[in-house]
Amino acid sequence: MDHLLEVNHLKTSFFTNAGEVKAVNDVSFTLDRGKVLGIVGESGSGKSVTAYSIMQILAPTGKIVGGSVLLDGEELVGASEKKMKEVRGNKISIIFQDPMTSMNPTYTVGHQLEEAIMLHTNRNREQAKARAIEMLRLCNVNEPEKRVKQYPHEHSGGMRQRCMIAMALACEPDILIADEPTTALDVTIQAQILELMKSLQEELGMAIIMITHDLGVVAQLCDEVIVMYAGGICEHGTADEIYYNPKHEYTKGLMRSIPTADTAGHKLQPIEGTPIDLLNMPKGCPFAPRCENALKVCITHAPCKVRINENHTSSCWMCIKEGLEAGTMKPEDLPEDAREVLING
Amino acid sequence: MADEKKTLVKVEHLKEYFNIKTGMFKSTPLKAVDDVSFEIKKGETLGLVGESGCGKTTVGRTILRLYEPTDGKIFYDGVEIKSKASLKEFRKKATMVFQDPYSSLNPRMTVTDIIAEPLDIHKLCKTKEERKARVLELMDYVGLNSEHAVRYAHEFSGGQRQRIGIARSLAVNPEFIVCDEPVSALDVSIQAQVINMFDELQDRLGLTYLFIAHDLLVVRHISDRIAVMYLGRMVEMGEAQEIYNHPMHPYSKSLLSAVPVPDPKIARANKRIVLEGDIPSPLNAPSGCPFRTRCRYATEACAESMPDFNDVGGGHFVACHRVAEIN
Ligand SMILES: Nc1ncnc2c1ncn2[C@@H]1O[C@H](COP(=O)(O)OP(=O)(O)OP(=O)(O)O)[C@@H](O)[C@H]1O
Ligand SMILES: Nc1ncnc2c1ncn2[C@@H]1O[C@H](COP(=O)(O)OP(=O)(O)OP(=O)(O)O)[C@@H](O)[C@H]1O
Ligand code: SF4
Ligand SMILES: [Mg+2]
Ligand SMILES: [Mg+2]
Repeated sequence: MDHLLEVNHLKTSFFTNAGEVKAVNDVSFTLDRGKVLGIVGESGSGKSVTAYSIMQILAPTGKIVGGSVLLDGEELVGASEKKMKEVRGNKISIIFQDPMTSMNPTYTVGHQLEEAIMLHTNRNREQAKARAIEMLRLCNVNEPEKRVKQYPHEHSGGMRQRCMIAMALACEPDILIADEPTTALDVTIQAQILELMKSLQEELGMAIIMITHDLGVVAQLCDEVIVMYAGGICEHGTADEIYYNPKHEYTKGLMRSIPTADTAGHKLQPIEGTPIDLLNMPKGCPFAPRCENALKVCITHAPCKVRINENHTSSCWMCIKEGLEAGTMKPEDLPEDAREVLING
Repeated sequence: MADEKKTLVKVEHLKEYFNIKTGMFKSTPLKAVDDVSFEIKKGETLGLVGESGCGKTTVGRTILRLYEPTDGKIFYDGVEIKSKASLKEFRKKATMVFQDPYSSLNPRMTVTDIIAEPLDIHKLCKTKEERKARVLELMDYVGLNSEHAVRYAHEFSGGQRQRIGIARSLAVNPEFIVCDEPVSALDVSIQAQVINMFDELQDRLGLTYLFIAHDLLVVRHISDRIAVMYLGRMVEMGEAQEIYNHPMHPYSKSLLSAVPVPDPKIARANKRIVLEGDIPSPLNAPSGCPFRTRCRYATEACAESMPDFNDVGGGHFVACHRVAEIN
């Protein structure tokens, strides 16, 4: 089957004075029409850079150094800027965490919407104006005729984010990438925005990539979840698989560390240690220094991706070990030296 | 359990109005905190929640007298904090931990100097050795390594910086700490480390917390009681589990229903009470109940007078005219 979006072995690095920062390191996934994919992971794990790489809106020091991004079967890595301009806006739109930074404070909201619409669709100013108001209404902005005449700073955070969504949707994208769209908002406003995104997604049939570190938001919205750690995907599966059957030690730790109804009066179970330093990546599994169950092989060799079932993969030596024991994996599948450490260590 | 304990902090009809210039010669009072009363028992954690701008930080800062209250009284350990002398004593017993571990520490100071600053200000150490020993003790409290002492704040991760900030707040041996969103900027896994540390410090040092946060899962976990604010007013307060499981004020109900539960099956089945519209500007708050413009139960009476903050039983306070009918 052809996928709407296919990301294969994507690698993106930043070339800084301190050295090469491998922000995205061998990321692969697919996205189909009408699906909502969540990307979670701690700060600095490469969620945003993955999105920016797909859109090719990286900082000047950043570069895609490997892999491919296929949109409707068409390669985007290496495509001309002209082609990418067409993709951004027409095919893939992005909304950012802070709507203030992505709106121009010197133009009215309406003007910015109209410009975006005219740039990406065949509409004249008059038609664009009507479309802008229609989009704002679709996004539950009350009195849109009044709102278009206002400047971004005259709107509340929630209102600005709704305008951003309206702007992102104005060109009817196939894929909407939402990078922490509600992190800066209050829970009641967040609930409004999430309901809005869900209903628009169902109505317009687009696919959404939802980037967040809020596991609650993901649970509410996503069909499928990618868990990132240190630039790579450590676990990938349906939402139910990730929440009810986590297999990677990092995901397990993450799920355990959330406060719940039962934790009140007890200690939480944090993941010990400090987040990874991408400039000093360990040799083996990047999570090994913080993993309480780390084996010897975890420190010496990076784990490969293991299929847990048709809806679930994980890159963890514990899963490989279980696979070998259950006979679903063969020792020959492993590199010889790693096999040795695993069996003898 | 809590009622055997004595009251440490008592706030009566606290008001904090900021004058906002609205024209060349005109200014309007912004009622950031309006007629708020509550108590915190010794050794207790009171969680304070509510939407951005509802006045949580202002409550914390005004209690600590970082702002001069417009009106109302603050008692600490039975003594009203009023005179210069009582304020000076109070400042040694009550401190604050700030939200942002990135901007609240001077990046050019070493960890030792950051933590020791309050010791120096209050002249709490007689010798260099004593100062050094105290800093190491404080670092140990918050789980920092002694070799971190000579390093600079910018070399640390968010969670570690938050620990440095907390060690600094503990320097004066406080009894009461206002924690203003101390874990909001941290990743879940690191957040859990810091929350545990707050917990351990409370057990070890008998601390009392006013814990401000917008993450209701965190607040439920850490608090004995929870207070909910809306537009400068306190609208509900009670035992943490009680508030979480049986909120009675229409605003608290929608706030709690909006919390994204990290469990897909529950989240999909969850009926959220999605509020219409935005929070009104505190510069022109609605008459009567501040929530009435977004409340689905509002009647004419709600526009006429501000509901009292009444105990509806068992120390569960609610400010709503229709609390009996809708629950
Ligand atoms: N312009 C840049 N120059 C150098 N390094 C960068 C740059 N942008 C990002 N990085 C690095 O790339 C890594 C991944 O960053 P990214 O922004 O994707 O993280 P994230 O998962 O989105 O985190 P957050 O949850 O904090 O948004 C980080 O270690 C970051 O420091
Ligand atoms: N120093 C000040 N001068 C004028 N207005 C202020 C000042 N501090 C706060 N305010 C206003 O008072 C109200 C309450 O602010 P406060 O910071 O207490 O809210 P908060 O509940 O802590 O919000 P957040 O969750 O965003 O931190 C807001 O409308 C704010 O703009
Ligand atoms: S007093 Fe009236 S408006 Fe306010 S919360 Fe109660 S019912 Fe709603
Ligand atoms: Mg990001
Ligand atoms: Mg605040």
